[in-house]
Amino acid sequence: MDLTHTAAIVLRQFYLIRGSLSRVMPLFVWAGIDIVLWGFITKYLNTVASPGFSFVPTLLGAVLLWDFLIRVMQGVTMAFFEDVWSRNFLNIFATPLSISEYLSGLVLSSIATSSVGLVVMVVLATALFGLSFFVYGLMLVPFFLVLFMCGIALGVLGSGLVLRLGPPAEWFVWPIPAIISPFVGVFYPLSTLPRWMQYISRALPPSYVFEGMRAVVSGRATSAHGLLLGACLAALYILLACWFFARVYRHAVQTGLIARYSAETLS
Amino acid sequence: MSKVLSVTQLRKTYGEVVAVDGISFDVGRNEIVGLLGPNGAGKTTTINMILGVLTPDSGSISVEGIGVATHRPQALQRTNFAAVYAPLPGNLTVEQNLRVFGLLYGVKNLAERIEALLQQFDIRKFRDVKCGVLSSGEQTRVSLAKALLNSPQLLLLDEPTASLDPAIARDIRSKIRDFAAQGTGGVLLTSHNMNEVEQICGRVLFLSHGRILLEGDPKSLPREHGKASLEELFISVAREPLTLEVE
Repeated sequence: MDLTHTAAIVLRQFYLIRGSLSRVMPLFVWAGIDIVLWGFITKYLNTVASPGFSFVPTLLGAVLLWDFLIRVMQGVTMAFFEDVWSRNFLNIFATPLSISEYLSGLVLSSIATSSVGLVVMVVLATALFGLSFFVYGLMLVPFFLVLFMCGIALGVLGSGLVLRLGPPAEWFVWPIPAIISPFVGVFYPLSTLPRWMQYISRALPPSYVFEGMRAVVSGRATSAHGLLLGACLAALYILLACWFFARVYRHAVQTGLIARYSAETLS
Repeated sequence: MSKVLSVTQLRKTYGEVVAVDGISFDVGRNEIVGLLGPNGAGKTTTINMILGVLTPDSGSISVEGIGVATHRPQALQRTNFAAVYAPLPGNLTVEQNLRVFGLLYGVKNLAERIEALLQQFDIRKFRDVKCGVLSSGEQTRVSLAKALLNSPQLLLLDEPTASLDPAIARDIRSKIRDFAAQGTGGVLLTSHNMNEVEQICGRVLFLSHGRILLEGDPKSLPREHGKASLEELFISVAREPLTLEVE
């Protein structure tokens, strides 16, 4: 793998973001609004809940972690969409760039852009609503890691879907987090869900993070086995998503879709 | 003359439609070869296969002896292209585009190379201008600068002067000739401008229904087939390909 090729994809994204307010704002505005909204909701809930119980680490912390996953996913898809919107596939895939280098570039771009959102969320949540990350301790590291990996897998999967189905398939990508959120128990324990939903939850890495987070906050032991399983699942999903993207790319090269992407489909 | 491009028995079908039907040809060093034919003859399909963005059903393509199918990055490192239907991203400036593509092609001393190309194509004043706001002629010059970034051994040009005014088109033709004459690379280009083809191509291939019907020197080929000009020959190929088939 040639890192210069990967750096080119990151540099392109940097140039685009640097010169465009409409690309900078989405990096943190929606995440910031979410934190402020849920911050006030948790404040209100604290006034009606039992004395001594705080919703901040469970509810606001969950919102922050979930928004982080969404930022990571969108970091990948937004970088990919830049090639869709500028009809750049022919130029970019006629270079020596390999698919692994291209996807690595999207992932590195996502690390940079999602970090901006994360910093803004952390600052707002701690400064305005008193969220303390000491509550989670070192478990925060595996929490973020699993969510990051899952966000990457979803981003690559979403990009593959759009590559296969054409630009209008963008709308398939945006609701993916909303579709899986009921299953992963962002705001409630998985035991709340009916059994059939719990089976699906077990296959979704974020479920283990949010269960772990609630365990830490309530003073119970976090399941290291569960988090490890979550991390393994997320790693597996990254591999599957990359395989899916590569397969879609091969199909696009076989059918000529890469060269005539605006036609959306040739088959 | 050593070859920069070798295409052997290349074939591509889209369902029932045969777009390219077992064509074979070469491009030598310092040679400019014109790939001619009516719309839908298979020219762009052929170029896309050489660029590795379209997989052939059968046949082989090699750039300086390196197979595009088996050693894609190495083959594409030695190749570059410009086409009217593939403008550079309009939301990046000229310099940003050249820098990004320079990295993708692994160009050494990139900053110096970009300076030289900005100078060569007289686009220094557009360095910080977004490509999307440039005129057609300016965009073509930027696309050609990008196409020469890696000093390719094989330069593919799909209608490089389409929609350009005669003065800019002449300038572009002169730069293509310079590229072929001064370096060690070869050029494969498509064009519907037969005067242009006569001026710059040393050899032409007439393609119709995915097959090469004629091949030869654009200056003598019309006479050999009883036509007054290359344009007349082109029209004959487009209308009555069977009467000209060489076999």
